[in-house]
Amino acid sequence: MTDSLTITDLRIDLRTPDGPRPIVRGIDLALERGRIHGLAGESGSGKTMTALAVLGLLPDTMTATGSILLSTPVSAGGDSVELVGASRQVLGAIRGRRVAMVFQDPSTSLHPQLTVGRQLTDHLRHHLKLSKAAAQEQAHGLLDRVRVPDPAGALAKYPHQFSGGQRQRIAIAVALACGPDVLLADEPTTALDVTVQAGVLHLLRELVDEGGLSVLLVTHDLGVMSAVADVVTVMRQGVVVESAPREQLFTAPQHDYTRSLLAALPGSTLEETPDELVDDLLAEGGHHDS
Amino acid sequence: MTTSTATRPPRARSVSRGGHPFARYALRRVITSLLLVVGVTLVTFILTNLVPGDPVAAALGQRAAEDPAIVAQFQSEYGLDKPLVVQYFTYLGNLLHGDLGTSTTTHNAVTSDLSSALPATLEIAIGAIVLSVIIGVVLGTVAAYRRGKASDHVLRVVSLAGLSVPTFWLALVLYYVFYFKLHIAPGSGRLSSDFNAPPTITGLYTVDALLAGQLDTFLDAAAHLFLPVLVLTLYTVGLLTRFVRTAVLEILDQDYVRAARAKGLPTRTVIWSYVLRGASIPILTVVGLAFGSLLSGTVLVESIFAWPGIGSYAYQAASHLDLPGVMGVGLLIGVMYLLVNLIVDLLYGVIDPRVRLAS
Repeated sequence: MTDSLTITDLRIDLRTPDGPRPIVRGIDLALERGRIHGLAGESGSGKTMTALAVLGLLPDTMTATGSILLSTPVSAGGDSVELVGASRQVLGAIRGRRVAMVFQDPSTSLHPQLTVGRQLTDHLRHHLKLSKAAAQEQAHGLLDRVRVPDPAGALAKYPHQFSGGQRQRIAIAVALACGPDVLLADEPTTALDVTVQAGVLHLLRELVDEGGLSVLLVTHDLGVMSAVADVVTVMRQGVVVESAPREQLFTAPQHDYTRSLLAALPGSTLEETPDELVDDLLAEGGHHDS
Repeated sequence: MTTSTATRPPRARSVSRGGHPFARYALRRVITSLLLVVGVTLVTFILTNLVPGDPVAAALGQRAAEDPAIVAQFQSEYGLDKPLVVQYFTYLGNLLHGDLGTSTTTHNAVTSDLSSALPATLEIAIGAIVLSVIIGVVLGTVAAYRRGKASDHVLRVVSLAGLSVPTFWLALVLYYVFYFKLHIAPGSGRLSSDFNAPPTITGLYTVDALLAGQLDTFLDAAAHLFLPVLVLTLYTVGLLTRFVRTAVLEILDQDYVRAARAKGLPTRTVIWSYVLRGASIPILTVVGLAFGSLLSGTVLVESIFAWPGIGSYAYQAASHLDLPGVMGVGLLIGVMYLLVNLIVDLLYGVIDPRVRLAS
């Protein structure tokens, strides 16, 4: 298995009047193709900034050093691009096209004054140079893929006309539009009702299992992590404290901090397989996010 | 967040009670505005009657005002001998027929005075607001994007200067420099003396001249617009720049702007389609307010440039205690304000689907 994203010794500094203050120090992380890699940690641990650094979207007051390497599959040439310090042109061609992002709250990450169709197609048309009609058709297919009912009608609607769960499905469709290799999902279920979280996680799992996509799942919620992540990296105060395959991390955590995080979880989650857990969540909440 | 709309079946919204939600919204706004117009008539009427000073003396001259017979005749002719309430309802009744009374200074119907003065004011006000919006949006956006950098500070000082300089002083200085010293700008008024007003269609000389194919007249009218429009623009542009900067800064922090950048859209698209669209509602609000204050704030500028608009008319009427004239101007400005606000409210519905589609 090859890595689609390799982060090596990533450091993010906040520029302050008293000199740079480190936000993230020495992060190493390899995102394997076709896997969901969880990045866990409490708020302020630097996990969101790590994700933003991949897209070169850090706030102006922060700088990243180190290396973030984006690699294409061997079948597609197997070349890699360095993202840290990449030019505006390079980043412009990668953002939304090869690396896409889903944000925490779909009620703020979708523009309230633009139709769903417009938001699904503007980057499609920009990156893939599709005609309006071709882009609309593709958008229709995307909404179908994330199971938003009545895709044709949905394209002409505005975000506020959908429920939270559906909005996040739309945001995921927007992210997937140009067929990216890597999806950065920043707390994609945190703003959703518990009852619809499972549906969105299920969808992410499905999309990865269909092949081609790798997901960096940023969340503070180890319950979410245990449900869908293949590998989990735990961060605390800007450094990685532990990184392991899910079963290993949940059954034999090496680090005290990981143990304390796990101790905060409801007991049953640890003994279940991801599928059982998703099924449990679905059984609790039903499929009512449509 | 309104999640209720989403749970409804798709088409139910447009056929649910009372027709299209936007039509209901628009109707509500129109009715509210009409009620406010009635309020405006009452306020202008009362305020005008509270003015200290004797309109009879002002209209007839001190000498005639000392003759009780003349005064009584004047008062009965203009209905001034009746109680205020009766006067108000007489006024309202006449108003419904488009009769605002006769000016005691020009001896014309106030309606016809105002209808010839309004286009003159509209011409400079529209010119100023269009220029201000273009310049203010560009400068405000640039300042927001360059927050804290040198260009931001320069723009802040410039816009503050524009806001702080007294309009009448600026008007005098510009008139002196551009007309007397540099001879670039033409003199006062709407047209040079060797031009005739173009045939009236809109009342805006520039537009009417173009419609009549009189290019010379258009150029002369445009040249006369230059200074008054510049003076008014310098004030509103400062206001708009500061406001747009604040509005854009707020939008730049929104997730949907970060999401648009994460989609790899070009900066131009992000600014136009995402940032400025998001900031359009606060910007529209302040543009409406600025336009309203332009309409009522042109008195000094019009006086200095001898611009025959409602500002000059108001000044003239007020200084002669011409009550019908003053009331007419007050009413007109009040109604224009309401109209601008109504248009802004309706435009909210056009630019924001949450207003248009939420019921």
